[in-house]
Order: sequence, then C-alpha cells, then structure tokens
Amino acid sequence: MKAFSYGVFLFVFWLLLSGHFEPLLLGLGLTSVVLTIFLAKRMNVIDHESYPVHLSSQFPAFFVYISREIVSANIDVAKRIMKFRCKSISPQLIEIPVPQKTDMGRVIYANAITLTPGTVSVELTKDKIIVHALTREAADDLSAGSMAKAIPDQVVEK
Amino acid sequence: MIIDILSWSCLLGGGLLGVVGGIGIHRFPDFYSRQHATGITDTLCAMLILLGLGLQAGMSFATFKLALIFMFLFLTSPTASHALANAAMHGGLKPKLDSATGKDES
Amino acid sequence: MLTAVSLAILITMGLALARALMGPTVYDRIAAINMFGTKTVLLIAVFAFLSGRMDLLDIALVYALINFIGVVAVLKLVIYGDFHSSGKDNTKPVKVD
Repeated sequence: MKAFSYGVFLFVFWLLLSGHFEPLLLGLGLTSVVLTIFLAKRMNVIDHESYPVHLSSQFPAFFVYISREIVSANIDVAKRIMKFRCKSISPQLIEIPVPQKTDMGRVIYANAITLTPGTVSVELTKDKIIVHALTREAADDLSAGSMAKAIPDQVVEK
Repeated sequence: MIIDILSWSCLLGGGLLGVVGGIGIHRFPDFYSRQHATGITDTLCAMLILLGLGLQAGMSFATFKLALIFMFLFLTSPTASHALANAAMHGGLKPKLDSATGKDES
Repeated sequence: MLTAVSLAILITMGLALARALMGPTVYDRIAAINMFGTKTVLLIAVFAFLSGRMDLLDIALVYALINFIGVVAVLKLVIYGDFHSSGKDNTKPVKVD
C-alpha cells in the first residue's frame, strides 16, 4: 500500500518536473516510476525512515516554527556581524540533552539546530548533542529547550 | 504592483544578507564561528532570493522548481555544515571559546 | 533590479573565494567552497530570470545536489585520504592543518 502511494507521489513529481503531457513522455515516466518502485521494493527501502508519511501532520506547524526561528536568528547574527569596533560574540561549546525517542526525531532536532544561524551541532550521540553557539544568549535559548518540543517525533510500530 | 514591491524587497534583502554573510566569514576569528556566518547565506539569504523569484514567476512550473531548489538547500545545507563541524572537531581543531566561561570541553 | 541582486551575489562569491584562498585551515576552505556553491545555485536561478530562459532552473536544481555531494566527498577525501574506507574500521583520521 505504501509502495502504491509512493508511486503516485513519484509520478506527480515527474509530471511537475517535466511539464510535458504527450503520451510518449507520460509512458516513459510511468515506466521509470514502475522500475523505481520495483527496485525499491527489492532493496526493501520503503519504510518509515525513507518515506516518513506519519510525520506529515506535524510538519506544517514545525515548518512555520523553524521559519520564524531562522528569521529571528538571522537578524541577530547579521547585527552582530555588522557591529564593528566592539567584541560582539562570545563563542560557547555546550551539551544539551536530546528528549526525542526515535532516530528520525534526533536527526531532525540536530538539523534544526544547525539550520538556525548562531548554533551548529558538532556531535550527535544517542542522548546528547554537543552544540557550538556563537553567543551566550543563543546557548541559553537552546538550553531552555523550547525547540525540542516543536520537533516532529512519533514512534511507529512495524 | 504590491507583489512587485514585495518581490523586489525580498530580492534586495537576500542580496544584502549575502554580502553581510560574506563580510562575516572575514570578520569572525575561528572556523566554528565562521560556520555561523556561512549559515546566514545558506538559510535566510537563499530563502529570500528564491521567494522573491517565486513571486516574480507567479503560479507556474518555474515556481515549483524554485520550491524544489529551496527544499534541497533546506535539507542539504545543515547536513553539510554538521559534517564539516564534526570533521573539524574530530580532526583536532580547537574552537576559540569565550574566556569568561573558561572551560574547554573538547 | 535583478542585475543588482546578481551583483550582490557575485560580491559574496568573491568574498567566499577570498576566504577559500586565504583560509588558515582546510576546513575553512571547504566551508567557503560550500558557500560558493550555494551562491552559484542562486546566481543560476537569478540568471534564468534575467535572461528569460527557464530551462536554467533545472541546471540550478542539479547543481544544488552536486554541490552537496561534492562537499561531502571532498571532506571524506581530506579526512581519510581515500574514498573507499567506510570510516568505521579506520577511526584514526589523517592529521591535517
């Protein structure tokens, strides 16, 4: 069932990328989609990690949240770059806990940390992330843990 | 008309942020803090420029392709940043930390 | 206006290239090249609108992917000295500076 919805998704992707609707190109697209699905089935890679549909309900809220974070963090870092004359940065190396239960959630959390300028995740292990933060304020914000709550994280049973 | 003004301001803001990020990679003292300046040009600068171009194009295949470029950048740029920072840390490059905290955890 | 934006992107690319040439460590150079590649993607996208040839957007799309793979591949080459080691059995990275 998952393979079928994946195939429909791939075919819509093909249509939007090519922008042609002649029978020949549609046929070629269909053939390549079927071949892709066949190979993916054989390799057994269509699972909850490569095709995370179960997270799609949480994703729009996460996207809005991360966009707002990115904008505010960008303005902050840009201000610090343009502040000549005085020392404007105070680099920190901190360790923060990872409350997520799944690998997917952990990776999304580390990526979200890196995506906001001002913090870069240096190392990710099972239960903690080492983060390099540009300023003390950014480090404190991250330690407060408001971002960890916004990460889509849902355990799937197989 | 309003869409035109919106898209031009997005494009100009993106260009400006790009130059700011470019200055940042020359101003910051060590590799890890330069990563943050690179982060500016990879995220908001790219977002604003692609959004501005998308507003110009309206509803078309071009907008879809721009959205796709945006999505790829959104997924790949933090991965590349993390890989770089991780490699630098394992390669033994010490970050210059603020002396007020005084502890070096690496 | 698009010309002004492409000019700003070109200035940024110049700054990134300067950092890649000066960079004290090899990681600085790779980070600068990563930034240069991202800017190239944006420049191609802006140029597509400037010249009205929307096919160039496909090239920008492919460039975004190749840039990422290229950066990761160069990083691996720098750390392990080859492309074939898996990284698990070869945990001692080559010392670089």
